[in-house]
Formats: sequence, C-alpha cells, structure tokens
Amino acid sequence: MTIGVPLAELLVSFLIVLGAGFALIGSWGLVRLPSLMERLHGPTKATTLGLGAMLVGSVAWFQLVRGEWTTHELLVSVFLFVTAPISANMIAKVHLHRERQGEPSAQPGPAGVPAPPPGGTDWATHSAPQLGSPGDFVGD
Amino acid sequence: MMNRIVPHPGLSLLLVLMWVVMVNDLTFGTLFLGIVFGLAVPIFTAPWWPERPAVRFAPALGYLAIVAWDIVIANFHVAAIILFKPNRNLRPAWLTIPLELTTPEAITVFAGTISLTPGTVSVDVSACGNYLLVHALHAPDPAAEVAKAKQRYEARLKEIFR
Repeated sequence: MTIGVPLAELLVSFLIVLGAGFALIGSWGLVRLPSLMERLHGPTKATTLGLGAMLVGSVAWFQLVRGEWTTHELLVSVFLFVTAPISANMIAKVHLHRERQGEPSAQPGPAGVPAPPPGGTDWATHSAPQLGSPGDFVGD
Repeated sequence: MMNRIVPHPGLSLLLVLMWVVMVNDLTFGTLFLGIVFGLAVPIFTAPWWPERPAVRFAPALGYLAIVAWDIVIANFHVAAIILFKPNRNLRPAWLTIPLELTTPEAITVFAGTISLTPGTVSVDVSACGNYLLVHALHAPDPAAEVAKAKQRYEARLKEIFR
C-alpha cells in the first residue's frame, strides 16, 4: 500500500502537471479557434480531463501521503459532468438568437447558420414545443 | 403504501450516497441524516416528477463505462485539433440528428453525452422533438458523424430507456 512518499509525490506532480497542461490547451483553444461555436468545444472537453487529472492527483495525495480516503473529488467530477453540457447548451442557444436578430457582434462562424429541421418546424429555442412532442408541458 | 413513503427509490438512494460522499465519513450519524434527506426530499419534490422513466441498470452501467472512455479520448482528440490543426483546415459543421428516442429523460442524456464526447456540442432540439441540432468542431463528413452518434450512443440508450 505504501509506496514511499517521494514516489507518491512524483505521481501527484505528474497528474497536476498533466491537468494544468490540458487546462492550458483548453484556454489556448479559446484564443485561436475562429468563432464562438468552435470556441465552445475547448472548455467543454479539453478542460474536463484537465480537472479530472487534478482530482485524481488530489485523491492520490490524500491516500498515499496522508493515508486517508477522500470522496469529495468524486462529487466535484459528478457535478462538473452534469453542469458542463448545460452551460455550453445555454451559450449556444443565446448565440442562435443573437445570430438570427442580426447582432453585429454575433456573426455566423465557418459552419454558417444552422438549417431549420426537416418537416417545416423550427428549433425549440425559436418556437414553442409542439403538442405531443417530448418537450410539451401536458401532464406537468 | 411503499410508493407513498418512497416515491422514487433511485433518487432516495442517490441522495443518501451523495450525502455520505459529501460529508466524507461513514458513521451511523451521517448515514442516519442521509436517510432522513433521502426520504424527505423525494416526498416534497414529488409534484415535479410526474413520470418515472423505466431504466434498466445493467446496460446503463455499460453505457457509463463507454462514455467515460470516450470522454478521455475526446480530450486528446480536441487537444490535438487545438494544437495542430490550422483554422483553414478546420471543417466545422452543423449536424441535424433525427431522434428515435421519445422520452425527455433519454433525449437529455443523449444530448449531454454528445456535448461531453469527441468534438461535438449539442445545441437544441426541434420544436417537434424529432431532431437534435449539434455543432461539430471538425466534421469533413457530417453524415458519417451523425451515423456514428446514432449507433454508438442512441442505440444503447434505446436499450436503457424502454
């Protein structure tokens, strides 16, 4: 179980540097990608593993150096995985609205403006959910 | 009777587990308070859970393992694109994924999975609930990307929520 403090510290340092590296790459993505929709990909992904590696490092440090188990890191990663897609989703929807209203600061990126869904409807952020669709409020 | 006291057994179990993990200590007192929350919270929030989706747990665990693995892969994939692919070679695209899932819970899990995995962020559903709008960071072949998401995640989710 005990692998010696120097070795444990080596492992923890490696995980922290790995995590910081991914966080840095995610932030660099924010700087260099062409438009808002592409920039959204950096923080939702490259940063997830960055934080994950740091949390594993934290668990390893408490276990190998202090000799105690911590579970808080598990909770942090669970909440991160639940909230990251939702915040990305909100930002993307606001971008769709601003794009449609022709705000000068919300230009379509290289992917252009999304085509409306087949069947003569629109995306749910622009029009109310239709009756009988999973998002309607019947029965709530 | 059982349904009146424990309207959502899964939620109750999750709350007890969350409480023990948050306090980070497994003693009788912690467990007792956790069980009190696990019983009280679902009873008071029952009006906001009109339907309980039927979830099959064995395929759900397999699904979690696949998604966890894909998240790790997605990180390296996106990191490589950020570091080595110049903007002029990048092919971002909007994907419209036709949905076969019908319950809000299943569609939510599908959309969340898409946001967390390789180079895609889910943006919106259509007003008719039959299509999902997804932005891909690099998709030279959008149709292949749609087919991949459908057979890798949606097919498995159909097994879990049914």
